[in-house]
Amino acid sequence: MRAAFTIAAKDLRQRTRDRSAYVIAFLVPFGLAAIFSLTLAKVSNESEFTATYSVVNRDGGEVARAFEEVVLGLDFVKLKPAATVAEASKLAEDGTIDAAFVIPAGFSATASAGQGGELRVITSPNASIGGLIARSIAGSFASDIDAVGLSVQTVLAGRGGSLHDPAVLSQLVERARQTTPTAVLDQNTAESRLFSSTTFYAVGMAVLFVFFTVQFGVRSLLAERETGTLARLLVAPMRPAWVIAGKALASFAVGIASMIALVLASSLLLGAHWGDPIGVALLVVSAVLAAMGITALVATLAKTPAQAEGYASVVAIVGGMLGGTFFPVSQGPAFLANLSLITPHAWLMRGFQELAGGASVLDILPSVGAVLAFAVVLGGIALARADRLVAS
Amino acid sequence: MRVGSDGPVLSCHGLRKRFDERVAVDGVGFTISEGETYGLLGPNGAGKTTTISMVCGLLARDEGEVLVEGRPVDPQAPDARASIGYVPQEIAIYPDLTARENLRFFGKLYALGGKDLETRVGEILDIVGLADRADEKTEKYSGGMQRRLNIGLGLLNRPRLLVLDEPTVGVDPQSRNAILSSVERFREQGMAVLYTTHYMEEAERLCDRVGILDEGKLLAEGTRRELVAMVGERDRVHLAATGNLEAAARVVGALDAVEQATHSEDGVDLVVEDARKHLPAILMYVGEQAHVTTVEVSEPNLEAVFLHLTGKALRD
Repeated sequence: MRAAFTIAAKDLRQRTRDRSAYVIAFLVPFGLAAIFSLTLAKVSNESEFTATYSVVNRDGGEVARAFEEVVLGLDFVKLKPAATVAEASKLAEDGTIDAAFVIPAGFSATASAGQGGELRVITSPNASIGGLIARSIAGSFASDIDAVGLSVQTVLAGRGGSLHDPAVLSQLVERARQTTPTAVLDQNTAESRLFSSTTFYAVGMAVLFVFFTVQFGVRSLLAERETGTLARLLVAPMRPAWVIAGKALASFAVGIASMIALVLASSLLLGAHWGDPIGVALLVVSAVLAAMGITALVATLAKTPAQAEGYASVVAIVGGMLGGTFFPVSQGPAFLANLSLITPHAWLMRGFQELAGGASVLDILPSVGAVLAFAVVLGGIALARADRLVAS
Repeated sequence: MRVGSDGPVLSCHGLRKRFDERVAVDGVGFTISEGETYGLLGPNGAGKTTTISMVCGLLARDEGEVLVEGRPVDPQAPDARASIGYVPQEIAIYPDLTARENLRFFGKLYALGGKDLETRVGEILDIVGLADRADEKTEKYSGGMQRRLNIGLGLLNRPRLLVLDEPTVGVDPQSRNAILSSVERFREQGMAVLYTTHYMEEAERLCDRVGILDEGKLLAEGTRRELVAMVGERDRVHLAATGNLEAAARVVGALDAVEQATHSEDGVDLVVEDARKHLPAILMYVGEQAHVTTVEVSEPNLEAVFLHLTGKALRD
């Protein structure tokens, strides 16, 4: 075992003298995380959904005012005045507004009488989402009016009351005010469960680049084979397995150091929120082990260091893309989200996302387990093929 | 078990290695005693490196046995390898480490440590003449300096058996001479030296005994005198020529005095009984097919032995 530590120490000494190591292990992932989080966060903030509606109130009754208040109470809605249906139609047509609600005269009366009423929605041809939401708001309000009206009717029937009674009408309107449209855009309440863009890209780049950082172990092994130093190592009085162990130790140390540096730097300099430190440590260790397993397996298929680097880079980038290190896979089609689970990247992103959202260590154990399974299975296959790596 | 000082340092026999359908080494065996230099002489691809890879435990053999000081050598049995010093054909050093760091690293792998390690590192730096530049990264060294360090690394563990795999390939004449002188000193110090080369002159200068290897088979072995005796007191003639060299070799080979005639890119090689007497006739016959520019006549040597044994020149 002493030989393995000697080899690892030599490799680390060489690594610390290689400036490109710092670039790959820290500067590039940190830089990309910073750039992505700063630029895309701005885009994200600017693109928060808003809708502009007009309400043409030709009724003026209690129920109509209640509807206006419901629409005004929505955070994402801006109101643009329109006095007539024709004006509202023109505004919708030219895209000034997303939709217009037209409340016909007598709407309050017919709604109060439980006779229904027509709540008309004029949508802009350019605003499909805003139009859909407008229809949803109107439909929801109408349903609630119907439901409230029906329940009041039922109560009144039992008590012998009438909807024409002002007190009853007032009660009905108050109930309608308290109804909540089904179409509610909740842009902030999910914050606690989702990455901020800064945390997302810090995690994404750390996960992506650890698969590059740990490549140096197997790459150096292949380089030693190419330059002849591997033969010299293998003539020394030690088992060939210690050579592999030494390379693995050095890779592990570099991978861990790289990820810790990224966690600290992104937390302190970018404001990323990684979550429970113990959970982060578990995921970091499993990430490094999985990256080592994959890289080692890929290296057993290569004949030269350049070939190994090429193969491992393809795996790292494709895995990173598919695993959601560049963008959340949840934004893609469902099959992509399912397919992403064949990569350790996806499990790591899931685990880190849960941690960032306040999950406990216990909560992320399935993700840790999945990532370690990649490490064990792929690393095991690589070890079984390790004679190819140390064949001089 | 460790044999006494009378036994061979290296004993190997029946070595056989196959790569797919190609038999790289076929039944090779030899011994080397303390203070003896044994040369494996053969052209490129003869099986020299494969043989020493098996001797050093780098390569698992299909058949045969290797014993160093009576202990079996095997990729999975590291003990016997502690007695082996290995100098690969490539310059196998770390260019981004200094010479001292290279030596320290490999010294630790041979279980040297502390003061012993530092003392031995200093000794090696003196031996290879790099003490004054020991703390420079080796990537700044000249090729000759790197080659010297390459040899020094093989001496770190005070080996009983030093294996040098064509250490002078691609080396300038001055460095080459220094390397050969070093190997002569190692022998004087009592090391058993296994030296592979395809340079006949090196084998003749350094080796107490030579094994001639071709196409994976050990065709003959012995001292230079014993090997030369195999071809008798015949002279070797090289006719540098242009023209139809194949026809020239065939025609001149028909002469009674010419025992062997081969052709190469630049001329015709002959093994001749009393060349000086038959040279006029030889030149006349060859002159019918080719234009002879120079004539070299040499005493019997290992190259002639190789030619005699294989029917081809060593440099082929």
